[in-house]
Amino acid sequence: MLGWEFPPFISGGLGTACYGLTRSMSKLGLEVTFVLPRDVGMDMRTTHVKMRTPEDISEIERQQLELGLENVKFRTIESPLRPYASAESYKREVEDLICAKQRRCGSVGIESVGDDSHHYCGDMYTEVHKYAAAAVKLAMQEDFDIIHAHDWMTYPAGMAVAAVTGKPLVVHVHSTEFDRSGEHVNQMIYDIERAGMHAADKVIAVSFLTRNIIVGRYGISGDKVEVVYNGVERNGNGVNLGATGIKKDEKIVLFLGRITMQKGPEYFLGAAKKVLEVMDNVRFVMVGSGDMMRRTIELAAELGIGNKVLFTGFLRGEDVQKVYEMADLYVMPSVSEPFGIAPLEALNNDVPVLISKQSGVSEVLTHVLKADFWDVNEIANKIVAVLKYSPLQMTLREHGNFEVRKLKWEDAAAKCLQIYNQLLSSAVCV
Amino acid sequence: MPSVCFYFQVHQPCRLRHYTVFDQDHRYFDDFKNRTICRKVANKCYLPANRLILDLIKQHQGKFRVAYSITGVLLEQLAEFAPEVISTFDALARTGCVEFLAETYYHSLSFLYSRGEFKEQICKHSETIEKMFGIRPKVFRNTELIYSNSLADTIESMGIFDGILTEGADKILAGRSPNFIYTSPRSSRVKLLLKNYALSDDIAFRFSNRDWKEWPLMAHKFSDWVSKVNGNGYVVNLFMDYETFGEHQWEDTGIFEFMRHLPGEIMKHPDNNFKTPSEVIASYPATDVIDVPGIISWADMERDLSAWVGNSMQSNALHELYRMEQHIKQTGDKVLLADWRKLQTSDHFYYMCTKWFSDGDVHKYFNPYDSPYDSYINFMNVMGNLEKRYKSKSKINPSETDKNTKIKMANQK
Repeated sequence: MLGWEFPPFISGGLGTACYGLTRSMSKLGLEVTFVLPRDVGMDMRTTHVKMRTPEDISEIERQQLELGLENVKFRTIESPLRPYASAESYKREVEDLICAKQRRCGSVGIESVGDDSHHYCGDMYTEVHKYAAAAVKLAMQEDFDIIHAHDWMTYPAGMAVAAVTGKPLVVHVHSTEFDRSGEHVNQMIYDIERAGMHAADKVIAVSFLTRNIIVGRYGISGDKVEVVYNGVERNGNGVNLGATGIKKDEKIVLFLGRITMQKGPEYFLGAAKKVLEVMDNVRFVMVGSGDMMRRTIELAAELGIGNKVLFTGFLRGEDVQKVYEMADLYVMPSVSEPFGIAPLEALNNDVPVLISKQSGVSEVLTHVLKADFWDVNEIANKIVAVLKYSPLQMTLREHGNFEVRKLKWEDAAAKCLQIYNQLLSSAVCV
Repeated sequence: MPSVCFYFQVHQPCRLRHYTVFDQDHRYFDDFKNRTICRKVANKCYLPANRLILDLIKQHQGKFRVAYSITGVLLEQLAEFAPEVISTFDALARTGCVEFLAETYYHSLSFLYSRGEFKEQICKHSETIEKMFGIRPKVFRNTELIYSNSLADTIESMGIFDGILTEGADKILAGRSPNFIYTSPRSSRVKLLLKNYALSDDIAFRFSNRDWKEWPLMAHKFSDWVSKVNGNGYVVNLFMDYETFGEHQWEDTGIFEFMRHLPGEIMKHPDNNFKTPSEVIASYPATDVIDVPGIISWADMERDLSAWVGNSMQSNALHELYRMEQHIKQTGDKVLLADWRKLQTSDHFYYMCTKWFSDGDVHKYFNPYDSPYDSYINFMNVMGNLEKRYKSKSKINPSETDKNTKIKMANQK
């Protein structure tokens, strides 16, 4: 399995999805080798998939013995790539990296430190292919049946491995360039995505919304694209809000996600402004960071609701838990959301949810509120209703929490297994 | 000997428009949607079905008889959007073979929340029916056939009704047949007619179901089933929505053809005949007492109220609505009162039901909302505005009286 992030070091839903999926796969008895581009420095023993880092050979060897693994590699590429990188953030990070390298080595690591986008394209491309080269090398030493690649950055690697080994390739589309960038697609990324999907023997989409994009925008035949919905980990800990001892005299409406165009933070603020016209004791909490963070903070100020909007930055683990415990409503006004695991986690934490109709997750959830992301009036209308009418909040919470239990990673893993088996049996036939 | 007693429920709610918390006007209802649906149902069901029933009455020289219960909210809409339907009902009324039943004007659940409002709505409905069709209803049916001993007591105490229609639910019959006449334990004057749900549902629900082993249902087959009751009951009560004809069962299922042949087939058997509810009550004695301490309805497998008051949103909305009763009535504002009453129609609460929502079930019929939550939010927003209206009215009144007393005091000085 080829991926780009894995908990605990995640920046978005992709890592969470890979974690949940692989965990359930290992329960099904599937052996998963997960190839990551960077050393995430995790505690290997707690995971269910095999990884290793070449930077730390001695420790890895010890672990290999311990786990009885012999064919796992965990490549570290000093890559500035992130799954949700935008042109701007990437450029910034590339520049940082180059500066660092210059400082360290006194030489230019990447040629032509330029400021035009041509170089950045070339560099990103290089990174993706470095990863691909590493993956091929790794594949030569591995024994496996299926190549499963998560999102575009791993597609070249997937294609290369497939070309070398002749093994069937499954590409798993968690998001497309159209989701991340709207209509301002990066042609290079689009080309990689398109090539990957066309080369794949099967394409897995996280929702029908995404499937439609794959069929419509990438020209993939519909019968090659299967929908496998994400699941959510049922958190078994009984810690509840009483434990935090937080007393609040105001209602809290939560935004939790990367603050980027795709997630629609400006619609959240627009709705907040409207809500505050008719209600006073509400605070809007925005958890997360992203390339639109500064712009969003400014917007809150411009709207004159700066004192009612709280930015926490990126939160992890227990902090997220605490935020959920305080929240009266979780709002996901995503402009384009291939799936959206966060609402499931909110429901899991007994927080009612308002999601945009333009999200894959709205295909699977019924006991939630839905609105068009641009319909700020309607979003505000629904926020007010949840805050004002406790029976609504109660019913949403009860039914939503029950419904979310039906979305299990086990089912997603089983569906993947089914797809693998289909591919393998057809491969035998051929 | 069995008589066949047909009763058709004729109702469409006054649907609300999309009303947000930011809306301030008093236009709560979606005229466009209501007109569209009203016209559609009139063309697909009311007009062709009325024509058919009229033909059948003429064809059988008055031996084919039926009963209708038409709600006030629908009559108002028909008068506005499809007045020709009212004239066809009037034509039916003039045959003398059609009975009109009484119910709450607004197809409301008021029996459960306010007996005063309940009686007022029944009277308003009876007056309307009499004014329109010249017949004063003598038999009562409650919204969704909701019934209990206490309902029988209330209806009997009104002194204007001879009978009540309700569901022949297994749990109240306890092995007895719905094909007899019953009374309630305390109120023995009003007679109870119980729906034969098995035979009613064969027409209303199963008629077009191709997985049903009796499909296709033909008139002669159905009349055989009816004739089997012979010797074990007086009457087969076939109660159903009028929209069964042409809406629930589309025309191409053959439902109209079925109905066209049914009276002839049934009356082929010399012992069989058709009677309206009042005629049934006049013809047959009550055979037993039926005790219904709890509340029943004709809905779903449970035959209970859970479709309208099953979740906390529904009960909250209903309690809030009826809490306003006195305030609204005190204002004396007729428009406000009518708006408040139109909100009582049971459909509004039915839309909030979460029972089958996950399954995306059949209950979506004409449901204007995507989800029960949306319907609750909309309803509560309208109620919020209604509350503002009566509060602003009641504010005016005391200030006026203040003014008057000041003037008086000034005069005294």
